[in-house]
Amino acid sequence: MRSIVVVGASLAGLRSAEALRHEGFAGALTVVGDEPHLPYDRPPLSKQVLAGTWDPGRTALAAGGVGGEDLDLEWRLGARAVGLDMAARRVALEDGSSLAFDGLVIATGAEARWLAGSEGRAGIHVLRTLDDCLALRTDLEAGPRRVVVVGAGFIGAEVAATCRGRGLDVTLLEVLPVPLGRVLGEEVGSVYAAMHRDHGVDVRTGVAVAGFEGGDRVERVRLGDGSEVEADVVVIGVGVAPATGWLAGSGLTLDDGVVCDATCLAAPGVVAAGDVARWPNPRFGQVMRVEHWDNAIDQGAHAARRLLDGDGPGTPYQPVPWFWSDQYDRKLSLAGRPGPGDTMTVVQGSLAERRFLALYGRAGRVVGALGMNRPAPVMRYRARIAGGLAWDDALRELEETP
Amino acid sequence: MRIVVDFDLCESNAVCMDIAPEVFEVRDDDFLYILDDRPPDELRPKVEEAVRRCPKQAISIAED
Ligand SMILES: Cc1cc2nc3c(=O)[nH]c(=O)nc-3n(C[C@H](O)[C@H](O)[C@H](O)COP(=O)(O)OP(=O)(O)OC[C@H]3O[C@@H](n4cnc5c(N)ncnc54)[C@H](O)[C@@H]3O)c2cc1C
Ligand code: SF4
Repeated sequence: MRSIVVVGASLAGLRSAEALRHEGFAGALTVVGDEPHLPYDRPPLSKQVLAGTWDPGRTALAAGGVGGEDLDLEWRLGARAVGLDMAARRVALEDGSSLAFDGLVIATGAEARWLAGSEGRAGIHVLRTLDDCLALRTDLEAGPRRVVVVGAGFIGAEVAATCRGRGLDVTLLEVLPVPLGRVLGEEVGSVYAAMHRDHGVDVRTGVAVAGFEGGDRVERVRLGDGSEVEADVVVIGVGVAPATGWLAGSGLTLDDGVVCDATCLAAPGVVAAGDVARWPNPRFGQVMRVEHWDNAIDQGAHAARRLLDGDGPGTPYQPVPWFWSDQYDRKLSLAGRPGPGDTMTVVQGSLAERRFLALYGRAGRVVGALGMNRPAPVMRYRARIAGGLAWDDALRELEETP
Repeated sequence: MRIVVDFDLCESNAVCMDIAPEVFEVRDDDFLYILDDRPPDELRPKVEEAVRRCPKQAISIAED
């Protein structure tokens, strides 16, 4: 393999490029990204940068190896990939040029979803990129009377918390009866809703957004029941869609992401990693796409090794996903993959004190560990979930230790 | 190789402990303890992985 192109100049792309070099790839390595910036870190965009406590420059990811070594990458920034020709093995760029490759890493991540009627009016934001964050921050600095956040998932909840930290009035709208109910279950979701209410957020659940009103700038959000909420600033936090538009017609299988085999291979000489990749994780017997920071690093490196393995079989990528979220003085961390219908039990602390550890079980196995201000035990369970920890064994052991 | 952690940045999420338990431990008091700040060279790959995976970029390696 003489030349490798990485499309997507963010976390997964950077870490796959680094791994390619570490594994000894000495050919031409080009990283293409449509944003004008060198890779930066997204988690602070809903936290420190939005709060105004961090200068945006602090989000820069060292664009070299961990030891500071030069990875000898050719950066093509501000360059959007618009097509993939698998027969010619070329990536087409928006400016009409194209790049030939022997190996391709797809790491285009995901894009924030908008709601119908939300685009194009001033004061309505999504939050995915540094530029999104700075535009929103400017609007928050102007001292809006009310910020309406649509969607109480992790990003929406963090934005609500950060806006409260700035002393702004916030309404948080959620279509589900309980925020995060589908992922974490209703009991834990209710703890979240209560925490935001205690911090002065006007949390409204089970409400649908019907539209946005105002002139050039948004003034009101119209709800499904016909009522309205005044809004100087609106943040849409209704999830993301994998950035696969440029791959349409390429012959790759696209289904809510780039579909890969268990080793992260999407086609011969083509791998995918990070928020854009969907693959069967043998550890969970489940096809998944993971939108977590830690996964972008781990999968980026795994996909790089897979690419270099060429016609070899590769090894399956079978992580126990891990994620964190910071809201107010609470830190949530989650290992594993809980889902609707799982059994949940609190094994340390209590929901009432908002410091607890909960386990999720399915088909006789522990499939998730969630902690609120309990980071270390979550990490210990991460390793044990990887080892196939049985539900009964986990509970018995907890009963035996006082 | 000497391990340096910026404790103002560290938030004890224990990612480093998961990767290199020989070097890092987050105890029940929720603080990170460095068990060995000059680990043997064979641990270098693990320590570098911890540097890369630390969500706060709080770990660095000094070569003194
Ligand atoms: C505000 C915010 C807060 C977050 N907080 C947390 C957190 O607390 N904990 C956590 O675990 N995770 C968090 N995440 C998620 C985490 O940041 C992502 O999982 C991670 O960024 C995924 O990395 P990626 O490289 O796969 O994709 P991305 O970071 O989305 O990068 C993809 C890159 O590819 C570019 N691109 C897309 N299409 C093209 C194209 N056609 N041509 C060229 N370039 C293209 C994009 O512009 C982007 O730069 C947060 C995300 C956001 C947005
Ligand atoms: S991974 Fe980083 S933030 Fe987490 S405990 Fe280790 S040093 Fe602290």
